[in-house]
Amino acid sequence: MTRFASMRGWALTLIALAMLPFILPSDYYLGIATHALVIAVLALSLDILIGQGGMSSLGHAAYLGVSAYAVAWTTRNAGWPAYAAIPFALALGTLTACVFGVLALRARGLGFLMITLALGQVMWGAAYRWVDLTGGDNGIRMQARPVLLGFDLNNATNFYIIVCAVLLTTLIAIYKLDHSALGACLRGTRDQPRRMRMLGHDVWKIRFVGFVSAGFWGAVAGVLYAYDYLYVGPSALSLPQSAEALLMVVLGGAGTLAGPVAGAIVITVIKTVVSSYVDRWYTLLGLTFIIVVSVMPKGLVPGIRSWMKGNRA
Amino acid sequence: MSEIPALEIASLNKRFGGLAATRNVSVRVMPGERRLLIGPNGAGKTTLFNQIAGDFLPDSGSIKLFGQDMTRLDTRHRVRMGLGRTYQILTLFPHDTLRHNVALALLGTEGGGWSFWSALKGRHDLMARADEALGQVGLAEVAGRPVSQTSYGERRRLELAMALAQKPKVLLLDEPLAGLSADERETVRLLLEQIPRDVTIVMIEHDMDVALAFADRITLLNFGEVVLEGTRAEVIADPRTREVYLGH
Repeated sequence: MTRFASMRGWALTLIALAMLPFILPSDYYLGIATHALVIAVLALSLDILIGQGGMSSLGHAAYLGVSAYAVAWTTRNAGWPAYAAIPFALALGTLTACVFGVLALRARGLGFLMITLALGQVMWGAAYRWVDLTGGDNGIRMQARPVLLGFDLNNATNFYIIVCAVLLTTLIAIYKLDHSALGACLRGTRDQPRRMRMLGHDVWKIRFVGFVSAGFWGAVAGVLYAYDYLYVGPSALSLPQSAEALLMVVLGGAGTLAGPVAGAIVITVIKTVVSSYVDRWYTLLGLTFIIVVSVMPKGLVPGIRSWMKGNRA
Repeated sequence: MSEIPALEIASLNKRFGGLAATRNVSVRVMPGERRLLIGPNGAGKTTLFNQIAGDFLPDSGSIKLFGQDMTRLDTRHRVRMGLGRTYQILTLFPHDTLRHNVALALLGTEGGGWSFWSALKGRHDLMARADEALGQVGLAEVAGRPVSQTSYGERRRLELAMALAQKPKVLLLDEPLAGLSADERETVRLLLEQIPRDVTIVMIEHDMDVALAFADRITLLNFGEVVLEGTRAEVIADPRTREVYLGH
């Protein structure tokens, strides 16, 4: 019953997303929808850490940033085609997660949060200061999106469809992880690390693999980000970017598939649409956040679900 | 005796600051034996378990499992060598079903926990064996229920099922009867008696009626030290036992 309801919910959402290009009045709005879904991939990747692994990170934008820079730099300065730039960017972003994982997983809880924050800031500092490589504050601008398999991604609708496809792939992969043995072990290390050890599990390694897979999907978001904006600057891997991703997860509901996506959409809409009418959109974002967490402490998606269940009963 | 002990602890010492939690403890438990560890609160029984399990390392001394030194090994390697443990304070995965809890135990000893694509529920062989382990402790009917919806007595038995599913050679039981009603205690007592003799058991337990009947040999600890060791009759008859428990 609940399983059917949730399947129906997903099907309706997907149909709605697929119809967007035909409903929205202009490419401007489609562009905003694209931004939201790109950042939803980042939020989903962060939720592997938070929802399944119980590890909150404030440096998660680093993988998005590294991978986005890698795409932009290799495309712009080395003239690499997309099919070379993309795997390279994914590899580099994932490698960054490996290094971060080795350093950050020495600690838990607040210590872990602070180390990820510091590492994220190191990356931001490098992007900002290492002007020869990153262009510093000016960032790296790309000329155009690639043509993939005959699909010209410079067409807003085409690019939107690709982003939808990647988002769907991410959702399926995370759903699979959630229900797999590894996902079970990851949640085990979140709930009872000592018991997991006593059951013969390698707790560090399980956390590390979880951490790196989160980094990989963050890097996937980075590739989309680079092609979406055709520009990468230090803000891509800044602390506000990491914090925003964390906010999306918490607002939407950690540990659910729909939560981070909902959080990403709500925050992007407030940030881009509402901010063109309201000056202090950060205030509005803060107010929204406070209202949601006080009415629905577990986030929007679990909150709405239990509210609907209550109404039906 | 020339036989290799299942568990051999030699001159073990552990200090926490000024507190000597384990003082020169030596214990030999033979294969198949049922050993009871007794002693007042703070005698160092659980601390000793923690060192055997590898939660923390001793300052000096050695711990061997069937002659193999494991004093400095990681907990998970000790588990692979055949060590199992249950906890006095329930240490379960509360959001998951009983079956899922036992499946995690099986994944721990058998590997296969790295699969990130195929559904855990679809591993029918694993789930069947989890159900079998639950059946052995009389929990087959509630196998699909989340731990949070089971009674305390059922959780105690789940602790046992998780340890037994791993087919340990040496099993450490930390107060398996703690907090149980008289009926439930009887159930668990029978379960413990059914454990085959190829499993060596070291048990901490305060319920003397059950524990004394169960044990082959008894070790009495006080202030981190072994006060005496012997058969049931020897320990009960020894005046030091009364002295430790009654303080005179």
